[in-house]
Amino acid sequence: MNLLWLQSGGCGGCTMSLLCHDAGDVTGTLRAGGIELLWHPSLSEQTGAEALELLEACAEGRHALDILCIEGALLRGPAGSGRFHMLAGTGRPMIDWARRLAARARHVVAVGSCAAFGGMTSSGANPTDACGLQYDGEQAGGLLGADWRAPDGLPVINVAGCPTHPGWVVETLLGLAAGAFTAAELDALGRPRFYADKLVHHGCSRNEFYEFKASAAELSQLGCLMENLGCKGTQAHADCNTRLWNGAGSCPEGGFTCIACTAPGFEEPGHPFHQTPKLAGIPIGLPADMPKAWFVALAALSKSATPRRVRENAHADHPVVPPAVPRGGNGR
Amino acid sequence: MSRLVLGPFNRVEGDLEVSLEVEAGRVRAAQVTAPLYRGFEGVLVGKTPLDALVFVPRICGICSVSQSAAAAAALRAAMGLVPAPNGERAAALVLAAENLADHLTHFYLFFMPDFARAAYRGHAWHAAARARFAAVEGSATAEVLPARAAFLELTGTLAGKWPHTLALQPGGSTRAVAMNDKLRLLALLRRFRAFLETRLFADTLEAVAALDSEAALWRWCDARAPHEGDFRHFLAIARALGLASLGRGHDRFLSGGAYRLDDAPLFTAGLWRAGSAAVEAFDPGAIREDGRHAWLPDGPALHPFEGRTEPLADKDGAYSWCKAPRLGGEAFECGALARQVVDGHALVRDLVARGGGNVLSRVVARALEFARVLPAMEAWVQAIVPGEPFCRHGAMPAEAQATGLVEAARGTLGHWLVVRKGVIANYQIVAPTTWNFSPRDAGGQPGALEQALVGTPVGEDERVPLAVQHVVRSFDPCMACTVH
Repeated sequence: MNLLWLQSGGCGGCTMSLLCHDAGDVTGTLRAGGIELLWHPSLSEQTGAEALELLEACAEGRHALDILCIEGALLRGPAGSGRFHMLAGTGRPMIDWARRLAARARHVVAVGSCAAFGGMTSSGANPTDACGLQYDGEQAGGLLGADWRAPDGLPVINVAGCPTHPGWVVETLLGLAAGAFTAAELDALGRPRFYADKLVHHGCSRNEFYEFKASAAELSQLGCLMENLGCKGTQAHADCNTRLWNGAGSCPEGGFTCIACTAPGFEEPGHPFHQTPKLAGIPIGLPADMPKAWFVALAALSKSATPRRVRENAHADHPVVPPAVPRGGNGR
Repeated sequence: MSRLVLGPFNRVEGDLEVSLEVEAGRVRAAQVTAPLYRGFEGVLVGKTPLDALVFVPRICGICSVSQSAAAAAALRAAMGLVPAPNGERAAALVLAAENLADHLTHFYLFFMPDFARAAYRGHAWHAAARARFAAVEGSATAEVLPARAAFLELTGTLAGKWPHTLALQPGGSTRAVAMNDKLRLLALLRRFRAFLETRLFADTLEAVAALDSEAALWRWCDARAPHEGDFRHFLAIARALGLASLGRGHDRFLSGGAYRLDDAPLFTAGLWRAGSAAVEAFDPGAIREDGRHAWLPDGPALHPFEGRTEPLADKDGAYSWCKAPRLGGEAFECGALARQVVDGHALVRDLVARGGGNVLSRVVARALEFARVLPAMEAWVQAIVPGEPFCRHGAMPAEAQATGLVEAARGTLGHWLVVRKGVIANYQIVAPTTWNFSPRDAGGQPGALEQALVGTPVGEDERVPLAVQHVVRSFDPCMACTVH
């Protein structure tokens, strides 16, 4: 299968993240999985007229196009003209190129939350009228429309994230090349379920603090970040803490809050990112699928049961009270 | 006279269009167009000041930490915080990792593949260059990508992930480093040093950092076979093609000062002009941004504290979304070459004295930074004291005005923050490529690349002239930052 990658209203960070794929040389990994890079703005030799010939041939159907990856939001402004991004050298808005190429591609992949939902580029008053390929925030539609389908019946595959984890992109592409992707592999927002059916909370190293509601008061402290510091890890769909980033990390591992960057609208949470909005002292955003009454009851109970070790470590940036070492065997 | 429009100009970060007027086989004039507008500065107005730390890294995926660092510096100044020494070192490590990873990406993935092009077939060096540097297919790609990914595990450890971390805060960094983390970081740095010393230089970093003149550089180059080390490989090609005679800019260089720890930068701040006797002071107060040829409303050139960014897609004479920043009315070039010439490194001072800013000197200065920055990173890790704080906290005043300046891989990045009634009232960003790839100003003065392209040879049948590509990519532009 061949792969054409284009960038529009985004930061290029999903490509940069992709190049951090840690199973070796990512271009070699894709090649070995049967994916030939037709053109990528950061990697390919062809530039200017050489690249345009290829794009035009794909858009006109003279050159087969298997996978179209779009990174970055689609900019419809000003006034529907798309002139906030004219693809260099073409005098044509990128949204026109995206529409034409999507019509020819066997599969279309939105790489990152911008291409999926509009993402960061659509924040504030959305000055560029940015949207995703098939979503405008959480509303189905976007550039291609809610009913758009690829020849095999799949909608746009939304590999959401800001940035995307290189593993999410590589496994999605390898899955397409292997013919392993069906509609059943996608969640309600078109995201691959292999990572979107998990929560950032899963595997978070702060889980003991969460259990006891031993909460950090400031960033850099070890305690749970949900109660005070805006962390959405219990609601965010991603496997960041079981997969890990750049060999060793994740947002909570790095000492800061999960901002649910795989979700539509994450860029405008309606509150400062590092403050948990509360109603009567209870966080408004509860853990996924958790009834409020139970959350309140369990929180009250667990707070009263918090061991001194957990309570004190929650407010330090490194463990100050170690776990007790059992003497004379665990069985006593 | 003929006109050439080049785009999409790839192997740069973001989308770029370059228009050339060609006369008698040379570029007579160039116009540089940043064709994408996103409007981050406007989006930040009305936000809680600390929310800038979420937005600004996402301006650019390749300079993400630099954007964080500039915002953290501006917020720190607004809050009057003194960062925790440990956190300052951790943040410097994360920034240095990004800058060196960017230099690596530039050299191997963006710049060198042009020498593998079929158009150079027939040159004695071409077959070896093609085998090593061809885009995607060359043997270097399969070595460089894993080395880069492994090096950025440093960022995974210290900052959770790259790009788009929130670990850099006004008071330091959020991830405390334990004794074993230090050992892991040192091991990662040793691994990257080994890659640089075997693959890039085939020599020690210290030997490269000690090169003190252009003559010494060529002696070093000729001491071994041309393919022992990719940097030597580049030098041999550069000499054969005369890259030192390509891409000369205004020869005015700007550095905001890099890696400031305990209030002292590793590389000093200042200005340098061809023929300077001494480094001049850099006064950020003398910056003005001009929008005459940008798709922005006309008006007087403004200091970033007063600056506004409101798009205006229909405007006569405009050809870019990029503003034209000027310092005391003059266009400047920034980047590794500027940093090293301002800092006074003997090799770079000599290169600039002989040939100014050009394709060769820009690439050499970047390579030199591997040799100068990695040893500093090793020292910063050693200086971290586990158990001592990494982050200090403070309150944001309701009214404040502050500047954050850092050196990104590509040069001087400034954030100008105005806080009124507890929220952001104005936020203006001047990025490295805004300086380097600016359009003309109201006085018709071209930006650094526009100047550097003048006189570049264009072959009769060249649709995308190779020499033009070398000049453009020698700046390592980041278009995502340029128009934010």
